[in-house]
Amino acid sequence: MNVLIDVDSWLRAAAGGLLIGLAAAVMIVFNGRIAGVSGVLGGLMLDGNGGDRRWRSMFLGGMVLGAVLLTTLVTALPAGRLQTDWLGMAIAGLIVGYGTRMGSGCTSGHGVCGIARLSTRSITATITFMAFGTLTVFVIRHLLGAAS
Amino acid sequence: MSLVSGLLFGAGLALGGMTDPGKVVAFLDVTGAWDPSLAFVMGSALLVTFPVFAWVRRSARPLFAERFQLPTRRDLDPQLLLGAALFGIGWGIAGLCPGPAIANLGAGSPEILLFVATMVAGMWLRDRTAAITG
Repeated sequence: MNVLIDVDSWLRAAAGGLLIGLAAAVMIVFNGRIAGVSGVLGGLMLDGNGGDRRWRSMFLGGMVLGAVLLTTLVTALPAGRLQTDWLGMAIAGLIVGYGTRMGSGCTSGHGVCGIARLSTRSITATITFMAFGTLTVFVIRHLLGAAS
Repeated sequence: MSLVSGLLFGAGLALGGMTDPGKVVAFLDVTGAWDPSLAFVMGSALLVTFPVFAWVRRSARPLFAERFQLPTRRDLDPQLLLGAALFGIGWGIAGLCPGPAIANLGAGSPEILLFVATMVAGMWLRDRTAAITG
């Protein structure tokens, strides 16, 4: 194993994590809800509950705006590096949507909120998707040799 | 407050490096040139959410709503495990989970827009097939 040491990126990561934690805190303390992105999105698109749409749209719209404001006003970030082609993105999106809906959450709901709630389901889910994410990257990069 | 939460969330994902699929895949690539930095995102987010949810457990209600709406299930069912496993596979292929995919929409990448579209289609498909898969 080769570990990249980049303290500046660790500090940014920690600062970003604090903001994410704060976001989840605002959502639960004021609105009493879990800031789980797949759950908020799925609820908006599929569960069709009228009064519910507003806060879900505000949250998701805020996420888009928050990222744009940060990169334009606070700090320039390197462009994201895509890891796969159009077909790969389409398939990955489909699997992520299906999986998060089936598994009741993603990195935010299970990871950031569920672990903090000491939920056995969330801790199990987080270990599972981390393990399968790692395994998938291993297969793609090191077994199939699509290393960039 | 949903807007405030979303703004903080999106800014945090971008600042933390989560919106760069290359960084996410480097984080998951533990046998290659492993970039551990995203562990700090999860770690410091939990530093905030642990005490906050401890407060939630002791509180009767949130400040601006009638009641807390928290998941109530405790059982580990096959759907949780299979769903999380599928999600992990998709995450490893694209380096995107739902939060960063949404936060990336403002950057205008058509590939990521496609990812979000098929992600919603995947959620829909799950609901359509739930009768078969349980």
